[in-house]
Amino acid sequence: MTRVIVTVMPRAGVLDPQGQAVAISLDRLGFGHVDNLRIGKRIELDVPGDDPEGQARRMCEALLANPLIEDYSIEVAS
Amino acid sequence: MIAVVRFPGSLDHDSAAKAVHAAGGTATFAWQDDAELPAGTTGVILPGGFSYGDHLRPGAIASRAPIMGAVRRFAEAGGRVLGICNGFQVLCEAGLLPGVLRTNTTLSFVCRQVHLDVADGDTALTRGLAPTISVPVKNQDGNWLGDPATTRVVFRYHGENPLGSTDAVAGVANARGNVVGLMPHPEEAVDALLGSTDGLPLFRALVAA
Amino acid sequence: MTEVPLHRRLGLTDHENDLIPGLIGRAPTDAELMMFSLMWSEHCSYKHSKPVLKRFTTTGARVLQGPGENAGAVDVGDGMAVALKVESHNHPSAVEPFEGAATGVGGIVRDILAVGARPIALLDSLRFGALTSARSRHLFARAVKGIGTYGNCIGVPTVGGELMFDDRYEDSCLVNAMCVGVVSHDGMLSASAQTPGNALMLIGNRTGRDGIGGASILASAELGDGDADKRPSVQVGDPFTERKLLDCCLELAAADLFVAFQDLGAAGLTSAASEMAAKGGRGLDIDLDAVPLREEGMPAAEILVSESQERMLAEVLPADVARVVEICTRWQLDATVIGTITDTGHFVARHHGDVVVDIPASALTDDAPVYGVASEPQPIPAPLDLASVAPPADLAAAWRGLLANPNVGSARWVYEQYDHLVGANTIVRPGGDAAVVRLPGRDTAIAITTDCQPRHCELDPRNGGRATVLEAARNIACTGARPIAASDCLNFANPEKGPTGWRLTEAVEGLAEALEALTVPVVSGNVSLYNESPARAIYPTPVVGMVGLLDHAERAVGISFQNDADLVVLVGDGPARLDASEFLGRAEGCPPPPDLDAEVAVIDVVIRAAEAGLLASAHDVSTGGIATALTESALAGGRGCRVTLPPGRRADEDMFGEGGGRIVVTCRPSALPALMELAGLVPVTPLGTVGGAEVGITAGAHTVTLSLDDARDAHESAIPRALA
Repeated sequence: MTRVIVTVMPRAGVLDPQGQAVAISLDRLGFGHVDNLRIGKRIELDVPGDDPEGQARRMCEALLANPLIEDYSIEVAS
Repeated sequence: MIAVVRFPGSLDHDSAAKAVHAAGGTATFAWQDDAELPAGTTGVILPGGFSYGDHLRPGAIASRAPIMGAVRRFAEAGGRVLGICNGFQVLCEAGLLPGVLRTNTTLSFVCRQVHLDVADGDTALTRGLAPTISVPVKNQDGNWLGDPATTRVVFRYHGENPLGSTDAVAGVANARGNVVGLMPHPEEAVDALLGSTDGLPLFRALVAA
Repeated sequence: MTEVPLHRRLGLTDHENDLIPGLIGRAPTDAELMMFSLMWSEHCSYKHSKPVLKRFTTTGARVLQGPGENAGAVDVGDGMAVALKVESHNHPSAVEPFEGAATGVGGIVRDILAVGARPIALLDSLRFGALTSARSRHLFARAVKGIGTYGNCIGVPTVGGELMFDDRYEDSCLVNAMCVGVVSHDGMLSASAQTPGNALMLIGNRTGRDGIGGASILASAELGDGDADKRPSVQVGDPFTERKLLDCCLELAAADLFVAFQDLGAAGLTSAASEMAAKGGRGLDIDLDAVPLREEGMPAAEILVSESQERMLAEVLPADVARVVEICTRWQLDATVIGTITDTGHFVARHHGDVVVDIPASALTDDAPVYGVASEPQPIPAPLDLASVAPPADLAAAWRGLLANPNVGSARWVYEQYDHLVGANTIVRPGGDAAVVRLPGRDTAIAITTDCQPRHCELDPRNGGRATVLEAARNIACTGARPIAASDCLNFANPEKGPTGWRLTEAVEGLAEALEALTVPVVSGNVSLYNESPARAIYPTPVVGMVGLLDHAERAVGISFQNDADLVVLVGDGPARLDASEFLGRAEGCPPPPDLDAEVAVIDVVIRAAEAGLLASAHDVSTGGIATALTESALAGGRGCRVTLPPGRRADEDMFGEGGGRIVVTCRPSALPALMELAGLVPVTPLGTVGGAEVGITAGAHTVTLSLDDARDAHESAIPRALA
């Protein structure tokens, strides 16, 4: 088993309603204007086999991310 | 005068005000940016809805709004505060009630009529209620997680536990009993034409303060 | 490799492309060509359906606004109007079901908002492939989630709709949404631009690269493979912003700050602005540099056609701009002056100091070519030979099986994911015939339904169209309401093919005839064509959304059996046939043509009986036949019944046969004489009594019973089991 961390983020250019709402709220709480606040998901999993990165990529394509609106990145623990 | 607090994304403020009227009281709206509750406020309702779109965590952003300072002071002085659905979530996020509300174990929004057992009829707000009441529940994140042993539980689901909450808890109060929050909607159970009037005593108690 | 010309890639024919220079006096720029391609699409121009749509009667004593504005509106008394519209979001839902269905809800709600109305109810008419298909299960479950997520968050109750699963929708699912709103007569808003010099304001979300129409084609042509991130993307719904937009715009409308008002939907700013200008006979001068953008560096064409959601366009007096901005700021919304109304009649857009668009607005909105509809009549099939259908060996098992069919079983799995109560006005909840919603602050209520009979429309489109309208009217009547207005959403395959064109024309003729018989006007509508793949085309699916009025909200009737010993009575003697029925499970045979006069009479009797307080319950006999109708009323009321059906040809046909013109009502025994007197010549047949813990039906020589527990298990689990 290899530890893999998948990060799923709204694709560049796709509206992120959650990020937008939180950015407005931070401003209102006195933190001032923040740029490019985007909210995604972090998924941790242990992947079997000798190609954990490829396996994780296939999982992202099949389920973990929606390629129409989300990008993903994969980090394999050394 | 009952102050119904509105946040961006509040939905049930009009229904809450109607319930206050049905209970013989008068209601006014307070806005999230107000520093103080309206003069003459004798009770507060935090209504249902999706304040701030439920972003980050339900109730999290609204609980940091300026009006919540005034609500906290009002509650600490013994004023009666009722949080319904999203209002309950706001009260938990604000630390005025114990526990947190997580996503339903069904992982979906649930809208249905349920029966509640009144587990504690001795609070200022729950005093006049029948032992079991029929009210609608409708939410996505109503799964209360907390310690029933140290919490003043006021409502439990009767029969099935539709959202998967700890010990079937549907609503809780603070230790003093003047702040009550629940996920189901008593303001939608004050009109026989809509199927139930079981929620009316809750609003009568709020108005009577 | 020959280069395909841009106009063809944008979907314009060579003929259409050739028309444009004549209309604008020169060759169009790429941006202008894209605007034409979108505005002359079927979705915006109705170029194939316009001649057919003329068939509808759109006027009537109650009509305050017919088709042509963002939504139609009818008078419901005391200075109040009800606005209604049905719209499709089929293609976006097939691409990304969650966001597609969600933004479909958002769009129809903004149509209602655009006429100044407060949305009070939503319905969804959904059709997917059979749930044995993994793809259809995914599309269905995600579309329902999308509708719920959006509708719940904006606080408009989703009170009803319909569901159908059939292989014919496997490649082209249908997601139609209906919204109903209320507005005072003098609060109604128009989209017509009024006065040169007034400001044009964009309110709501920022503009980004959202859109899956022509914009994506142009972008694909312009961008290289490495620029994938810059491609327009699926529209993402933002219900929190929509809710703020609703609250904010209703506040602005109440303060009388809108001169004209319009939502941004398909083709974005291009469509909204050109329609506003053309309707008022005005022009517009838009500064695209002023449009608030979500990302930098968007070219003019993308800004013009972006389909970013949650945006409204308003004409505002210059002196009122500051107040509009102030109120929008309180609601945490952008409100920006992006141009002015002019008297030129031209749509002018500037970007980085250059004029990038300068064309007559009416060329976009009114000058699209109109095509005749192809017409190749098809033979109407013969009725089913009953002898060719083997009778079921076990009628009780067949009955349970029918209740467990997702097209017949309970839709609870769907509607419990929707907040159908918010607003505290929902008197009759989902699960019955029509929903009943009290008009805010009044003692009156409206009943709302959406319906369609696609299999009947496939076999005999004119009579299928009639049957569709009559089913909607019966559903309304079963609540005690009288139908007052309709909206339609015509979902068809490619109308350029003769058989489809004929079915479109015939189905509309049937809809129109039945609506006229009921004196119900069509006040709004929408068309979705080309719903087909190389493998299969959808059934003709002309969805009708209908609204009825109840003068006394407290007299609303539901489907539930109310009291033991009540009489079960059949009103009407319409046919029960297995042709194209759910029991048969396919479009085979041909249902009998509806008898319009008899149907209208049955509907009228049930409405008057409800008004007179004679009815304890009423339920339309439709999908699944009278056995299903009786079971549903029994389950809803928690009490059974024992009935004997009128003699027919065969027990399975008597129990499960479909066909219009029948409504099952219950009443106290003492009310029967009054009901019969009121009914006059309309057949009223006592069938049996309410009571017990089972539904017992005698049909000919057979007596079949089903316990409520067994029935409930089959009915409730139909969809969950199909999805499991």
